[in-house]
Amino acid sequence: MILRKHHSILVQGMTGKQGTFWTQAMIDYGATVVAGVNPRKAGTEHLGRPIYASARDAAGETPFDVALMFVPPMGARAAAIDACEAGAKLVICLTEHIPAHDVMEMHAAAKASGTRIVGPNTAGLVTPGETFAGIMPAFNDRVFKPGRVGVISRSGSLGTLLCLNLVQAGMGISVFYGVGGDPMIGTTTKDALQFLDEDDRTDAVVICGEIGGSAEEEAAEYASGMNKPVAAFIAGRASPPGKKMGHAGAIVSGGKGDYASKRKALEAAGVAVADVPSQAPGLLKAA
Amino acid sequence: MNFEEHAAKPLLAGAGIPVPEGILAATPEEAARAAEKIGPCVVKAQAPTGKRGKAGGIKLAASPEEARSHAGAILGMSIDGWKIDRLLVEAQVPIAREFYAAVLDDNAARSPVVLFSTMGGMDVEEAAERDPNAMRRIPVGINEGLSPEAARKGIAGLDLGGAEEAVVDTLVRLYGLYREVDAELVEINPLCLTEDGRIVALDCKLTIDDSAGPRQEELSEKAAPQKMTDLEAEAAAAGLKYIELSGSVGVLANGAGLTMTTMDAITHYGGEPANFLEIGGEAYTKAETALSILLKNPNIRSLLVNFCGAFARTDVMADGVVKAWKALDPDIPVFFTIHGTGEDEAVALVERELGIKPADLMDDAVRKAVDAAREAAA
Repeated sequence: MILRKHHSILVQGMTGKQGTFWTQAMIDYGATVVAGVNPRKAGTEHLGRPIYASARDAAGETPFDVALMFVPPMGARAAAIDACEAGAKLVICLTEHIPAHDVMEMHAAAKASGTRIVGPNTAGLVTPGETFAGIMPAFNDRVFKPGRVGVISRSGSLGTLLCLNLVQAGMGISVFYGVGGDPMIGTTTKDALQFLDEDDRTDAVVICGEIGGSAEEEAAEYASGMNKPVAAFIAGRASPPGKKMGHAGAIVSGGKGDYASKRKALEAAGVAVADVPSQAPGLLKAA
Repeated sequence: MNFEEHAAKPLLAGAGIPVPEGILAATPEEAARAAEKIGPCVVKAQAPTGKRGKAGGIKLAASPEEARSHAGAILGMSIDGWKIDRLLVEAQVPIAREFYAAVLDDNAARSPVVLFSTMGGMDVEEAAERDPNAMRRIPVGINEGLSPEAARKGIAGLDLGGAEEAVVDTLVRLYGLYREVDAELVEINPLCLTEDGRIVALDCKLTIDDSAGPRQEELSEKAAPQKMTDLEAEAAAAGLKYIELSGSVGVLANGAGLTMTTMDAITHYGGEPANFLEIGGEAYTKAETALSILLKNPNIRSLLVNFCGAFARTDVMADGVVKAWKALDPDIPVFFTIHGTGEDEAVALVERELGIKPADLMDDAVRKAVDAAREAAA
């Protein structure tokens, strides 16, 4: 699903330092933030929104579509399960370094309740000129000028660079979809590609991938059946194998998930692959 | 976190999976004494790598004298980059057959998977490739766990020489251990069926999820050391992810994706990165520490600072860099490119305090840093 202005957002961990900074930025941008969660501050208000002890409590009084998690790693499992059980359609999990077994429990809860999880370890979703949820500089119009190119990224910082490069080349962004840098994410690059393929406000897509895993190979399979032009950049060509490159998911092991196989799969599917991010706009124009 | 065999096997034993009697030895003398106590034994190099056997790090000894001599040969060996300074001296087991058992995270399925094969021992991966049916995969629901029924179904039809129930019991216990210690992977290879019909774990490979470290504190202390340079260790102690590379262009960027991309761009424009160092996420306030560690690498000829702030505020990072740069006053050129959250303040700060104008295009900053490093080397 693509985040729209009418989607109401509950922010779990809204009252913390980062939660406050980014929730305020979201509200200023036009996002529909309806409530927050902090068990110790239930019954109070923060940024003019009611604070509840849990997502389930909030759901009774202040219905929401989306739960956005500013929650530390050891509290993430409980928060995500709470949001799923409270009936969230979408849970956006920004948290990095959640124990893998907890992540599996989160995904199991989401499956049971029919909730979509984006992340963990995502920078969030941006629909430029409309709304955003997460930790992306949506408010910087040199990066997020509204337009018609969708961007999917495992990384927030690299996604920011790609959007900047597109805007520098005179294009604009329809949707930024941060899928997350973890190895076990709820919404894959392929899922996001399908959303953008089906979105009538998106004319073309750029995939920012990374070494490790098989997300780009799966997305390539989907892209081969698309009519919209797709370009990609895969980070990690110059990274040594066998080392975790910051993101838990960015590791080449046993010859799997390496740059060459991803590039080959994408190019075979008709996706033009940029050597550096700044080439991506040109590849889209040529496609 | 990886665990060496001698640290992992007591965990198996604690979970009720039999292991041979074993004693840790650091000298040939200790190995001989252990062999005297144990009898006919195996002398095994301790290192977190699967290449010990092929490298000659595992030897059978019939007597204490033989154990002493093998220990003398193995101690000090280098296996897969690991210097061997400890041995596990273990009782020999009368092996009838060698199986393979493991539990690991299945990232694609977002749930655990149990693996079992009757073709254990060396080259199990190659054996599985030759005969895909030889490796049984038993998917497990994280909330359901592995029941004896599911394990039994998973190994149904395999000829286990009458050890079916013992294998089922082992798999259930192994899954229990995987959950208890937050393992990413726990693997027994070989899982031995003895001539007298017992199941014994002859080796164990264990990797525990780094993210679970805070709730596995006691175990974390027993983890094997990591291969790290001095600077990498210093960075790790400061909570920074730093990987030393062989090039001459220093990299300071935020976020894993952007840092990898910066290295790629340096390579694309003809240079070589000196390091991976990212200060994204919660580490964005550590720019000052990060830069001081990075500059200790004697191979650095130029520095590229590439910030694309999302969560990480570029104004906070730039402030740290400016402070460190002024304090250390390094004798190399530095090139900036800064965008995203806090961009205006960060650019103004770098211009005012260092008299340097950040490049608008990352590519321009990269080209300049690569050229500067090349000129300095010439």
